[in-house]
Amino acid sequence: MKLKEITDILKATTIFQSDNSDDLTVQSACCADLMSDVLYYHASNSLLITGLTQSSVIRTAEIAGIKAIIFVFNKKPDSQTIELARQKNIPLYSTPLCMYTASGKLHEAGLQGS
Amino acid sequence: MLLNIKEPIEESFQIIGGNFTQAGEASTRLKHALFELGVDEKIIRRITIATFEAEMNVIIYAAAGRLHYYITPDSITVKVDDMGPGIENIELAMQEGYSTAPDWVRELGWGAGMGLPNMKKNADIFKIDSVVGEGTTVEMVINFP
Amino acid sequence: MKLKDIVNELSLEVESFKDGLQSNVTGAYVSDLLSDVMANSKEGNIWITLQTHINIVAVASLKVIKGIIIVSNRPVPEETLKKAEEEKITIMTTPLPAFEIAGKIYRMLEDSKQ
Repeated sequence: MKLKEITDILKATTIFQSDNSDDLTVQSACCADLMSDVLYYHASNSLLITGLTQSSVIRTAEIAGIKAIIFVFNKKPDSQTIELARQKNIPLYSTPLCMYTASGKLHEAGLQGS
Repeated sequence: MLLNIKEPIEESFQIIGGNFTQAGEASTRLKHALFELGVDEKIIRRITIATFEAEMNVIIYAAAGRLHYYITPDSITVKVDDMGPGIENIELAMQEGYSTAPDWVRELGWGAGMGLPNMKKNADIFKIDSVVGEGTTVEMVINFP
Repeated sequence: MKLKDIVNELSLEVESFKDGLQSNVTGAYVSDLLSDVMANSKEGNIWITLQTHINIVAVASLKVIKGIIIVSNRPVPEETLKKAEEEKITIMTTPLPAFEIAGKIYRMLEDSKQ
């Protein structure tokens, strides 16, 4: 599913747009706040939906091969974390929806879990 | 795919306990070094996950630690040792979901009890030694295919 | 919708307080962060998480959450199950990851509103 389609469905605002985010597609989505679990269960080329805004989210995403991160409940990371995302070229978004509704809508639209 | 290197490559990094903002820094630098050497992507992923977990354990539990890697043409050995509290019951600690992390660590997205199992899962050889009151050493070997 | 309808439809394993299956489910909440659940979940929600620490029972009790679904077949420690039985909280497990189970429950609850 194209990232643009996902951010439209979730009415997400852009925190950081990577240089390739227009062309980005993801094959699955993972919703989690626990980073070890993202590493353990995760499949690469996916989208992370999370409520955790710590910088370790960005590092975990890079290691796990996550292509984009969407923060729920309008949460936004601090500038240090945004800068880290910029260095790693991982686009960040924020949706007003909660994790349950965000997952529900994307699942309905055909996106699968990893 | 044996690595085309003339001699072993090694490097050490200091890990500072409690420093969550730099968490993952050492593992990321190792990842880049492996990328430069042309190591297979899947192997890099396994090594980086295992190393990241080891690094996080030092940050969560210890005052300080050290990450040391040693690369030969056919394998990489990553050793992480720390001056931390040590592990009282290693068998228990190896169980998925078992954690001794304090509550505030869980609120930072860690402490799920998956660190050691994650390391073992991603390494070809996994060794752990610990002395309560002194510290813990983990050693992981991943072979290049 | 009753908890038992969700359990049957999605083949969830019930690990504690089977009497709780008669509860009404008003919605769902997905998060692994206890502080998030404390702040944002609603009474009557079903809670979807990978977090199995014993603290989840106290949080569920305080927020009047009737059921907790532990995802990805994460083993639940005995002490958590024991506490859940005492506090009358139904803990269920599923092999599916959070995104998938949230998606399926979303569909069920949305359909039941119509």
